[in-house]
Amino acid sequence: MSESVVTREGVRGQRPGREASPAALRSGRRGGERTVVPDAEFASYYGRPILKRAPWAASDIAGYFFLGGLAGASSVLAAGADAAGRRHLATVSKLGALGAIGVSTALLIHDLGVPSRFPHMLRVFKPTSPMNTGSWLLAVYGPSAGFAALTHVTRLFPRLGATSTSLAALTGPAVATYTAVLLADTAVPTWHESHRELPFVFAGSSMCAATGLALALLSPARHGSVRTTALLGGLIELAASRRMRRRLGLLAEPYRRGRAGLLTLAAETLTLLGALTAPTARTRKAGLLCGGSLLLGSALTRFAVLEAGRACADDPKYTVLPQRRRKEAETREESPPEMAPPLGLS
Amino acid sequence: MGLLSGPEPDVAADAGHADPPPRVGFFTDTSVCIGCKACEVACKEWNAVPEDGLDFTGWSYDNTRALGADSWRHVAFVEQRRPDGDGGMRWLMASDVCKHCTHAACLDVCPTGSLFRTEYGTVVVQEDICNGCGYCVPACPYGVIEKREEDGRAWKCTMCYDRLGDGLEPACAKACPTDSIQFGPLEELRTRAATRLAQLHVAGVSDARLYGHEPTDGVGGDGAFFLLLDAPETYGLPPDPVVTTRDLPAMWRYAGMAALTLFGGITAISMFGRRR
Amino acid sequence: MDLRRWPVYRQLTGADRLGRGAAARSAETERLRPRTATADRVVKSVCPYCAVGCAQNVYVENEKVVQIEGDPDSPVSRGRLCPKGAASLQLTTGPAREHRVLYRRPRSTHWEELDLETAMDMVADRVIATRESTWQDEDDGARVRRTLGIASLGGATLDNEENYLIKKLFTALGVVQVENQARLCHSSTVAGLGTSFGRGGATMFLQDLQHSDCIVIQGSNFAEAHPVGFQWVMEAKARGATVIHVDPRFTRTSALADLYVPLRAGSDIAFLGGIINHVLQNDAYFHEYVVNYTNAATILNEDFQDTEDLDGVFSGLDREHRAYTFDTWRYEGVGATAAAASGARDEAYDERTRKIRESGRGESHGAGGPAIGAGVPETDPTLRHPRCVLQVLKRHYARYTPEMVQRVCGVPPELFARVCDALVRNSGPDRTSAFAYAVGWTQHTVGSQYIRTASILQLLLGNVGRPGGGIQALRGHASIQGSSDIPTLFDLLPGYIPMPHAHAHQDLDSFVAADAARKGYWGHMRAYVVSLLKAWWGEAARAENDFCFDHLPRLTGGHSTYETVLAQLAGECKGYFLLGENPAVGSANARLQRLGMAKLDWLVVRDFSLIESATWWKDGPEIETGELRTRDVATEVFFFPAASHTEKAGSFTNTNRWLQWHHQAVEPSGDARSDLWFMYHLGRIIREKLAGSTAGRDRPVLDLTWDYPVEGRLAEPSAEAVLAEINGFGPDGAHLSTSSLLRDDGTTSCGCWIYCGVYKDGVNQAARRRPGGEQSWIAPEWAWAWPENRRVLYNRASAAPDGTPWSDRKALVWWDAAAGQWTGHDVPDFELDMPPSYRPAADATGPMGLSGTDPFILQADGKGWLFAPSGLVDGPLPTHYEPQDSPFDNPLYGQRRNPVRQVFSHPHNRYHPSGSDPGSEVFPYTVTTYRLTEHFTAGGMSRWSPYLSELQPEAFCEVSPELAAERGLEHGGWATVVTARNAIEVRVMVTERVRPLRLNGQVVHQIGLPYHWGPNGYSTGDSANELASVSLDPNVHIQEVKAFSADIRPGRRPRGAALTALVREYRTRAGITASTGMEL
Ligand SMILES: Nc1nc2c(c(=O)[nH]1)N[C@H]1C(S)=C(S)[C@@H](COP(=O)(O)OP(=O)(O)OC[C@H]3O[C@@H](n4cnc5c(=O)[nH]c(N)nc54)[C@H](O)[C@@H]3O)O[C@H]1N2
Ligand SMILES: Nc1nc2c(c(=O)[nH]1)N[C@H]1C(S)=C(S)[C@@H](COP(=O)(O)OP(=O)(O)OC[C@H]3O[C@@H](n4cnc5c(=O)[nH]c(N)nc54)[C@H](O)[C@@H]3O)O[C@H]1N2
Ligand code: SF4
Ligand code: SF4
Ligand code: SF4
Ligand code: SF4
Ligand code: SF4
Ligand SMILES: [Mo]
Repeated sequence: MSESVVTREGVRGQRPGREASPAALRSGRRGGERTVVPDAEFASYYGRPILKRAPWAASDIAGYFFLGGLAGASSVLAAGADAAGRRHLATVSKLGALGAIGVSTALLIHDLGVPSRFPHMLRVFKPTSPMNTGSWLLAVYGPSAGFAALTHVTRLFPRLGATSTSLAALTGPAVATYTAVLLADTAVPTWHESHRELPFVFAGSSMCAATGLALALLSPARHGSVRTTALLGGLIELAASRRMRRRLGLLAEPYRRGRAGLLTLAAETLTLLGALTAPTARTRKAGLLCGGSLLLGSALTRFAVLEAGRACADDPKYTVLPQRRRKEAETREESPPEMAPPLGLS
Repeated sequence: MGLLSGPEPDVAADAGHADPPPRVGFFTDTSVCIGCKACEVACKEWNAVPEDGLDFTGWSYDNTRALGADSWRHVAFVEQRRPDGDGGMRWLMASDVCKHCTHAACLDVCPTGSLFRTEYGTVVVQEDICNGCGYCVPACPYGVIEKREEDGRAWKCTMCYDRLGDGLEPACAKACPTDSIQFGPLEELRTRAATRLAQLHVAGVSDARLYGHEPTDGVGGDGAFFLLLDAPETYGLPPDPVVTTRDLPAMWRYAGMAALTLFGGITAISMFGRRR
Repeated sequence: MDLRRWPVYRQLTGADRLGRGAAARSAETERLRPRTATADRVVKSVCPYCAVGCAQNVYVENEKVVQIEGDPDSPVSRGRLCPKGAASLQLTTGPAREHRVLYRRPRSTHWEELDLETAMDMVADRVIATRESTWQDEDDGARVRRTLGIASLGGATLDNEENYLIKKLFTALGVVQVENQARLCHSSTVAGLGTSFGRGGATMFLQDLQHSDCIVIQGSNFAEAHPVGFQWVMEAKARGATVIHVDPRFTRTSALADLYVPLRAGSDIAFLGGIINHVLQNDAYFHEYVVNYTNAATILNEDFQDTEDLDGVFSGLDREHRAYTFDTWRYEGVGATAAAASGARDEAYDERTRKIRESGRGESHGAGGPAIGAGVPETDPTLRHPRCVLQVLKRHYARYTPEMVQRVCGVPPELFARVCDALVRNSGPDRTSAFAYAVGWTQHTVGSQYIRTASILQLLLGNVGRPGGGIQALRGHASIQGSSDIPTLFDLLPGYIPMPHAHAHQDLDSFVAADAARKGYWGHMRAYVVSLLKAWWGEAARAENDFCFDHLPRLTGGHSTYETVLAQLAGECKGYFLLGENPAVGSANARLQRLGMAKLDWLVVRDFSLIESATWWKDGPEIETGELRTRDVATEVFFFPAASHTEKAGSFTNTNRWLQWHHQAVEPSGDARSDLWFMYHLGRIIREKLAGSTAGRDRPVLDLTWDYPVEGRLAEPSAEAVLAEINGFGPDGAHLSTSSLLRDDGTTSCGCWIYCGVYKDGVNQAARRRPGGEQSWIAPEWAWAWPENRRVLYNRASAAPDGTPWSDRKALVWWDAAAGQWTGHDVPDFELDMPPSYRPAADATGPMGLSGTDPFILQADGKGWLFAPSGLVDGPLPTHYEPQDSPFDNPLYGQRRNPVRQVFSHPHNRYHPSGSDPGSEVFPYTVTTYRLTEHFTAGGMSRWSPYLSELQPEAFCEVSPELAAERGLEHGGWATVVTARNAIEVRVMVTERVRPLRLNGQVVHQIGLPYHWGPNGYSTGDSANELASVSLDPNVHIQEVKAFSADIRPGRRPRGAALTALVREYRTRAGITASTGMEL
């Protein structure tokens, strides 16, 4: 019987309609117990992605990452070249850094929905936003790289030149690696869960790019230690990538499939080729080939990472399965582990 | 507690609002939703959100598909056999919306300050600031915010920030015929939700569960939380989302190490290979 | 630049160090104000879509509407709106609205612009000319004074005041073919409820559902079609009520119900009959209620023979004429009805009475039950007499067993038992159950009888007139109730006074004779008629001239919208007004509608956008198939843009019978005008043109009171002045306060007697808006309800015969002995000071002819009618018949279909072989058509709205996985649905919400088709009405669109002539001829 009563005095037993409990919703399972064993199959909403993929044009953003890395590492190379007295290497690296950071910034602006609002990037100082941090970083690094190059070419203001070269060399590594944080600081599991290794991938890859540029443009005689640096860069990148994919488990799948898989394969092959041939690239032509493959490999690395993130965002299983396992683990253990266990997801 | 993760009792004050009003939110009780989509339309009318395409999806009665730049409320429809095996049907309907997270990744990563935390504890995009960098989009663990192709900016539910300022409830909640969308001070809604859950369990709706109500969850609790009748992923919701910025310090740590490696590696080799 | 405006500065100096809050605020954010706050004014309004009548606040800034949202004060809607109501801003201010008058010359291929004044003048000329050339002074030897050359359609979306002017002007012009959506929608409700209880409106109001202990929703998709009203079902639910949904499909209503019962479309009488049988067999009826308040004890005439005796038909069937004579259905001790007794019993007379029946008398019981003839009926209060109604009922429904219910409806006995049990358990002195239905019941060839079945059941269970009990007829359009009360319907005058018939009603005396001697309120009919004539013809209406009764045109048969279409095809009807209706999509057999329009001389369409009914001559489906060529279509077409609800003032009558006033918010722009403006100025121009005419036919036009004050730049007539005329004036010229003051001597005037009181004390009672939160749930001070602001009809029945409430938990109205009057929460629907003990003298008439225990005060005997001795032309008791086009035989009787259903065999309206007849297998599936929450009716108000269109962008069908497998239909793909009339293509939705039913060893597959689409607008698709046939309920001429047979096949339909060929091929295959489906 309903609780609603209309007496001579008026209505009693009113309850708002949102307290209705239609029986059609009943599950039929008795009591409030929850099933412990999770369903083998994972449910999704018509297979629709849960996350939204980043709206970035690959050419813009991968280009921006790649050129940022090229610039950042070049500035370090340039400072080293200055210290080592290798003027030609310094020229290539400084001009390379300036050019790269210029185009990189242009690509970033190009990708904005409202390019005229690029200055809004410096409207706030926001440590929680890697893109904001990166913008401030660029605000310091860009002019430094610029002065470093200008003073170098014109040979004017040597003191300013030295300072800006040092400043560029100090901020350059951050420019090269913050972009890894930028990607990792998203909800895209393949990116986020690689936040330990991705900066190393980018660091190594940036070294490859900077050395690649030098190897390609300088005559072998002027390569100096760059060939060794290239080898080191390549090894760092490849080792970090490997470790990253191992730790990612299921979430590494996008790196093995589809477009991202192809890009990864191409990037790694080129990088490996470039890095391994670098120490022996003693002809102009070999330098060009080796430098070229390092540069291309480095660029493709960024495209591959970007693409893997997309593929990951597009398939709800990468979002749901790890979260479900984590949640189950938590409910089993009562006290949740401090950090999600990204290992062993495969 | 934490400014990046964990419970944060006073988000507005932490965001620099002096004497903020109580934090407000939504409790969307999907067990009384009739799938009418009044919430979708009322939102569009109030906020002049553009039409979102005329595709027949075949996803039951859902032709909206997902939240996005041009759909700030989205009603999901799921047709199911009743689990009790009597051959009966269930038709789940649930109106999804931006969660106005306690720890909102979109807000955290926004480089321009376009996204900000209001005095009501809600998360809002400022149209005159957003430069369309798109960073907020992949940052959101619920896939809510999206960049609109036409004007290049990012859009999502504002919890009708303009209306709140005038003491009005959000347009969607106001329209909802069955009060499936309840708007109010978050604390009060949480209490109400707990009561409601207990009520449903007694009524035999044992699958009922709350989603996004826990201040201890990965995003510090949602400003807009739900009562669901099945697993979150059935409705297209992530089962256990975590705000990405929780790990930001760690990320910078690793990035720092990588930067040092880069700097050290190049410098060392340069020094080693110095012209003697 | 001011550094302090740089957020970084604010970050460094303020509390928001991380720049995530206060510091990041932008200039625009600082300026942000809601437009509701900056608006210049807020105007009170009412949603223009459906009959829930949700209140709206319209915000106006700089003379533009900037926002429309719910008004929380409304007791029925509490500020909420469904998606359609929420899209009102787009509807009224969106770019889809036309603002220019358009004109299409005969045979032209395009529109031209025309200025408003010229267009009005041209239309007036067309009316005058067509009227003159088609005028009939006499027909078949009887005076008719009318034209059948002109027709109008539409009214349910319009204000009461607009409907009033339409009916008034057209009637004065002698135009009888005046129709509106009510015909297509709820006409059977008026007949069904009217004959059962005395009035054709819902017996309860939406909010009262919250007090129900059990709500059966059947023939309605409550949550989708009346979403905001559904909150009251949820209220009941929250308080523990059981909610049951009985529907061929699992819908959004089923999703929220406690019990869902799938049944075969078109089988509800068997289902409800089964419950009646259960109640009677188990003695589960509410004895005291039944004995005292219904005609259960009344004894029937000896000659009555039931369907039990005659294998599915009642006594009195005239097989040759497809009609019943009613003499044998009488109560014992009562003479035949006056009308029937008065005439000579010759052939000609029989022919004429048959025509009178065709003229839709069923609906004239909208505010008063039918006459039963003179004399006092005999009764047996012990209910044992074999011919007493209860015993007859018992025998009639004895074969409606649970097994039979399964065979007919496909409902398994266990499920059926749960429904019976819930209803019985929740009825009686302490509890009440309600039925909510809408057009899932009305739109059948036995529609009126569907509603009768529910009425009988509710009377047996004692649920009528009590809190939380009754029958909620969920009305359709915003003012469909109003357009029946102030009827733009051919068979009615305002207040359910029948239109006079040429043969039966030569003068006022003979017109009221049938009712004059009656008991109950209908005994005052003469006063109502005279007051109406005074309102229309003012000074000219005098006692000497029968108060101008002769100015009224006469009927000679049926002139419903469907019959009008046939008249158009026959070239008899030449001019057509579409005043807010879209028959090219919304009416059954839409192709027939367009072909009819193509035969017109002229067509006037008034609407917001260029709907299908306005553009068929250039882009209609027949142009594509080649059946019509634009250059050959000689119809002149005028399109007038209509003003929206925000641009005019007026009242809508909602499903609660509330008249709610909506105020004008802004002036219409461009050439858009209200329909009030259009009718008023059309009348003015015609009267000017006819001024000085001495022709007799022009007298009614020239005598008409047509002097409404006009206001403003656009010369808009005052809607309040019209409402005041509807309300009526007393001898002193004062506004009347109640219909009991109406006189038959010409001293009072009243445009609609049931609305008398709405302008009481010169105050627009319909505009009252005392917030619901400040009143009881009855909310008597919100708007005004007919009759006399009573909210629950027959509420005398909420008290026992002695005048005390049946139970402490169900008290509504009771006798206060101390005060000597009835009192309670609601306005008593009873003579206020008539004590329960009152018994009438034998010769008493009118209200005092009934006793103090007769709650149904508009019934001739004061009783709820279990058995309807008169008033319906297809039987005194509901009986299950199969739909016109059905794949099944009738398992109950040899008689397959309603023997007196109205069918029209026409080359464009062929029927299917049914049941076991050869060829029936060509159309093996049952189609049912219906609505979606997101769209509105024929789409004129939703398919042009991007916000609504995107929610349901394409026409689709709903089929079970089993049918999909059987026919190779692919989810998301296309299917073609075919009938003998046409074929359409729709997208396929394969869903378990539609399930095959098992009955009688056969598996029934049903196809669901939402009917909202047409080729124009933003969201387009084929219309389901291409498939439906014109086959009608004989009482009220409503079409059967809820159940008909069809075939379905995968893929899109052919284009052009190939489409016609496909349909022809089907017809040949099924062996269809002119006589198919025409059997009795
Ligand atoms: N969203 C929306 N609301 C509307 C309208 C609209 O177009 N859209 N239109 C308004 C109008 S004009 C009207 S008249 C009302 C109509 O309101 P409803 O009558 O509720 O509307 P329908 O969807 O036509 O039919 C109701 C249900 O009847 C079922 N049905 C079909 N055949 C049968 C049958 O034989 N027996 C039973 N028991 N059920 C059957 C259908 O499956 C459907 O679910 O709605 C009004 N409200
Ligand atoms: N197959 C099938 N057919 C059906 C039904 C069904 O269930 N199945 N249902 C039937 C029912 S119940 C109904 S009510 C009908 C409805 O059928 P229609 O009445 O033909 O459909 P609507 O689209 O409501 O048409 C009303 C038109 O009036 C216009 N309008 C609105 N306001 C105004 C105004 O103020 N002035 C003017 N001049 N125009 C205005 C609207 O724009 C719209 O084009 O369809 C019937 N047909
Ligand atoms: S749900 Fe997404 S968009 Fe909404 S506040 Fe949280 S992170 Fe931001
Ligand atoms: S797109 Fe706009 S709102 Fe999103 S992060 Fe970039 S600036 Fe902020
Ligand atoms: S709160 Fe406002 S902006 Fe957000 S979904 Fe509701 S109506 Fe839209
Ligand atoms: S308005 Fe309310 S009932 Fe309608 S779909 Fe949205 S949440 Fe559900
Ligand atoms: S369409 Fe009906 S239910 Fe919806 S808002 Fe309008 S009146 Fe209310
Ligand atoms: Mo209707």
